Amino acid sequence: MADVPSVKEKYTGKIEEIAFGNCVAGGADGMPFLSFENTLKRRPIIAGEVVDDLADYPEMAAEMFDGRQKDPVEWANMWKEIGADMICIKFLGAAPDKKGTTPEEAVSIVRGISDKTGLPVMVLGCGIADIDNRIAEAVGDAMKGTKMILGRTEEHEYKKISAVSMSNGHAVLAFSNLDINLAKQMNILLTDFGVERSSITMDPLMAALGMGLDYSYSVNERIRLAALSGDKMLQVPMVCDCTGAWDVADAVSTDDPSLGDAKHRVAWWEALTALAAMLSGADILVMRGPGAADMARVYSEELAGVS
Amino acid sequence: MATAIEFFKLLPKTNCKDCGQPTCLAFAMLLANQKAKIEDCPHISEESKNALSESAAPLMRTVSVGVGKTAVEMGGETVLYRHERRFVNQTAYALTVCDDLEGEPLKDRVDAISALGFERVGMVFATDMISIKNVSGDPVRFAGTAKAVSSIWNKPLILESGDAVAMEKALDSIGKLRPLIYGADAGNIEKMAALSKKHGCPLGIKADNPESAADLAVKARAVGAEDLVLDLGCPNLKRCLEDHTVARRAAVKKKFKPLGYPLMNRVGCGEYAVAMAAVSTMKYGSLVIFDNLESYEALPLMTLRQNIYTDPQVPIQVKQALYPIGNPGEHSPVMFTTNFSLTYFTVRADIEKSRIPVWLQIINTEGLSVLTAYAAGKFEPEKISEAFEESGVLSKTDGPVIVPGLVARMSGRLEEMIGRKVIVGTNESKQIPKHLKELTSE
Ligand code: B12
Ligand code: SF4
Repeated sequence: MADVPSVKEKYTGKIEEIAFGNCVAGGADGMPFLSFENTLKRRPIIAGEVVDDLADYPEMAAEMFDGRQKDPVEWANMWKEIGADMICIKFLGAAPDKKGTTPEEAVSIVRGISDKTGLPVMVLGCGIADIDNRIAEAVGDAMKGTKMILGRTEEHEYKKISAVSMSNGHAVLAFSNLDINLAKQMNILLTDFGVERSSITMDPLMAALGMGLDYSYSVNERIRLAALSGDKMLQVPMVCDCTGAWDVADAVSTDDPSLGDAKHRVAWWEALTALAAMLSGADILVMRGPGAADMARVYSEELAGVS
Repeated sequence: MATAIEFFKLLPKTNCKDCGQPTCLAFAMLLANQKAKIEDCPHISEESKNALSESAAPLMRTVSVGVGKTAVEMGGETVLYRHERRFVNQTAYALTVCDDLEGEPLKDRVDAISALGFERVGMVFATDMISIKNVSGDPVRFAGTAKAVSSIWNKPLILESGDAVAMEKALDSIGKLRPLIYGADAGNIEKMAALSKKHGCPLGIKADNPESAADLAVKARAVGAEDLVLDLGCPNLKRCLEDHTVARRAAVKKKFKPLGYPLMNRVGCGEYAVAMAAVSTMKYGSLVIFDNLESYEALPLMTLRQNIYTDPQVPIQVKQALYPIGNPGEHSPVMFTTNFSLTYFTVRADIEKSRIPVWLQIINTEGLSVLTAYAAGKFEPEKISEAFEESGVLSKTDGPVIVPGLVARMSGRLEEMIGRKVIVGTNESKQIPKHLKELTSE
C-alpha cells in the first residue's frame, strides 16, 4: 500500500468551552469534525428559534408547529420534544411598532421556557438597542443562577448587556459584521470591559445560502483557523443563525412549479446553510424549521462521530 | 513544485537563448513560476526532461471530460481554503441513465435531466453530465445506450461499468466524445487503464480509502493512463469529509502525486445523497454522480456550489445603465438600485411580476447590495443623480422616482438634487408589485 503522508496540522490554540448545564459549546482543538486532529467528538448545539410575535414570521414555518407557536413556552417545549438542545427566543415583538412586549413579559416568557423545558436559553431582542438592553437587564437579573446567552452586543452598544451578564453569570453574544477583524475587535472590547473570555460567544453573521454565504463560509474558516493558530481573542464558540434562509426568495417562492415543493426546498435551504456553518466552524446553530434542525442534528452527529 | 535552482541544475546551461530567454537561469525561473513549458528548451536531454516534467506537474491535475464547448474541467486546485485563492473548477453534478432503458422511456429520461436547470441571478444552473450505468450486464446494450444518449445529449458522458469488455464496446462507439471511464478497481485496473490510454479518455478509479486510491493511481499511471479521477469510496459524510481532506492536503501541501487528482463520489438519491453531495461540494469533491435529484434538492445544492466556487473578492455585477422593463413610456416610474447582480435580478424579477412598465436605473456600487453599499458610502444621492444624468432617464419620463425602502433616509437630499418628486419604495422587493399597483391606480 502507498504511504499517504500524514496531514495532521499542529495547532496551538483551542476554543473555550462554555457549559450550560449538560449542554457544552466549544472545545474544538482542530478544524471541524476531523478526528485525526480535532480530539473533541462534539457536535454543534442546536438552538430552536422561538419568537414572541408572529407578525413577521413566515406562515410556512408557523404551520410546522401545530398551533403551538402561539405560545412561546409551548413552542419551546415542542422544540425540546423534537430534539433541540437550546432555545433561542427573539423578542421581535418588543419593537414599538409591534406588539410591544415589555421586559416583565419577557421575563415571564423566559422563565416559563426554562422551567418547562429545562433547556438553556439564548435571549435576543428586536434590534433596537434601548429596548434590547432593558429586556436583557430584566431577564438577566431574574434568571440569575441559570446560565443563559444574552445578546446581541455590538461595537457601540455592549456595556449594559455585558454588565448584566457579568453580575449574573450569563454569557454574552458578540455580533460583528462578516469580518474577522471586526469580530476580533468585539471580543477585545468585551474582555477589556471585564467579560471573561469563557463567557463570550461570537456571532460573525452567518449569511444564508444565496445571500452572502460565500462570504460567511470563508470568514468563519478564517476565524477558526486564526483561533487554532493561537489568537486568543478568537478562541470563543461561534454562533451561526441559519434562519436567514427563510428570507431568500428562491427558497420560499411558490410561484414557479419547476422549482419543486417549497416546504422541502426551504428545509434544504436552511439545512445546507447549517451544514456550511458547521463545516466552517459553528458551535451553536440557531434553526427555524424543525426538518432542517433535524437534518442539522443528525448530520452533525454523524460528522462528529457521536451517532 | 521544484525551485528555480532545481530546474536550473537540469538545464544544459549553455545560455543559447533558443528558448527566448537570455539565460538558462532566467528560463528556470519561468519554469518555477509555471510561466514556461519544458518543451520550450530544444536542447534539454530526454532524461532531464522526464525528471523535470515530473516536478513541473501541477499539484493537482486538471482533468477534462467531454469535448468542445461543453467539456467540463475538474481539479487543478492549489489551495485548501478559498480565502487563499478562489477554487477554480466547480464540482460537476451528473445524473444516471440506466442501460435497461430504450426508445421513448430513454428519451424521456434524458429530457427530464436536461430540464433540471434554473436561472438564478443571471446564471444558469444545470446538470453537467449523464452517467450511463451498465445495469443490464450486456456489453452490446451498454454501447447502444451510450450511443443513443450521445445523440440527444450534447454535454459530457460517464460510462459506468466494472466490465472491461462492456467498456471497450462502449468506447468503440463513443470514445471520441472523451467520456469518463468509471469503473477501474483493484480487479480490473490494468485493463481499464489500457482502455483509458488507448482512447485518450479520463479514468475514474473506485477505491476504498485514500491509501488504496493512491495505489491504484500509481498502477494506472504505470500503464499509461494520465487523466485520473479518484473515488475514495466514502460510505458516509464523515469519511467523505475526512478522506477528501486527507487527499487534498496530501496533494497540495505534501506534494504527494498519487493523490494529486480530482475526487469524485457516487451517491444514490434522496436526503442522504444530497447531504453527501453538499459535503463533497464544500470539501474538495470535483464530481458527484447521483441516481436522481429532485428540483427542490437541486436548486439549493446548485446555489451552494455557486456560493463555494465564487470569488468572494469580486461580487458578481451588472453594468451601470438604464434598463427599461416592459416597454416603459413618458409617464412610467423610475426605480433605481445597485449593480450587485443578486440585488439587480431580485428587483428586476419582482418588477416584471407586476407587469407595470418601469425604467430601472442601475448604479455602479462595485457590486454591493443596497445596505452594504450605503454603509460603505457608495450609494449616495450625488452618485445617483450623476447616473440619472448620464442615462438621461429624467428626460424620458415625468414619472416619480422610487427610492429603495432600506435607504429612505436619502430621499430628501435626492429630491433636492434631481428636482423631481421622490417616493419611498418598499423595503423588500417582493412587495414591489403591490406597491406599484397602488401607485399607478392613484
Ligand atoms: C453579504 C453582506 C456583505 C458583503 C457584501 C455583499 C455584497 N456584494 O453586497 C460584505 C462582507 C463585503 C459586506 C461588507 C459590509 N457590510 Co454587509 N452585509 C451583507 C448581508 C449579510 C447581506 C447583503 C445582501 O446581499 N443582501 C441581499 C440583497 C439582494 O439585498 P438588497 O441589495 O438590500 O436588496 C433588497 C432590498 O433592498 C430591495 N431593493 C433593492 N433595490 C430596490 C429598489 C427599489 C426601488 C425597491 C423598492 C426595493 C429594492 O430588494 C432586495 C430584495 O428584497 C447584510 C445583512 C443581511 N442579512 O441583509 C449585511 C449588511 C448589509 N452589511 C452591513 C454593513 C454595515 C457592512 C460594512 C460597512 C461592514 C464593515 N464595517 O465593514 C461593509 C461595507 C462594505 C465595504 N466597505 O466594501 C449592514 C448595513 C447596516 C445598515 N443598516 O446600514 C448589514 C445590514 C448587516 C448588519 N445588520 O449590520 N456585507
Ligand atoms: S534554450 Fe535551453 S539551453 Fe538554451 S538558453 Fe534556453 S534553457 Fe538554456
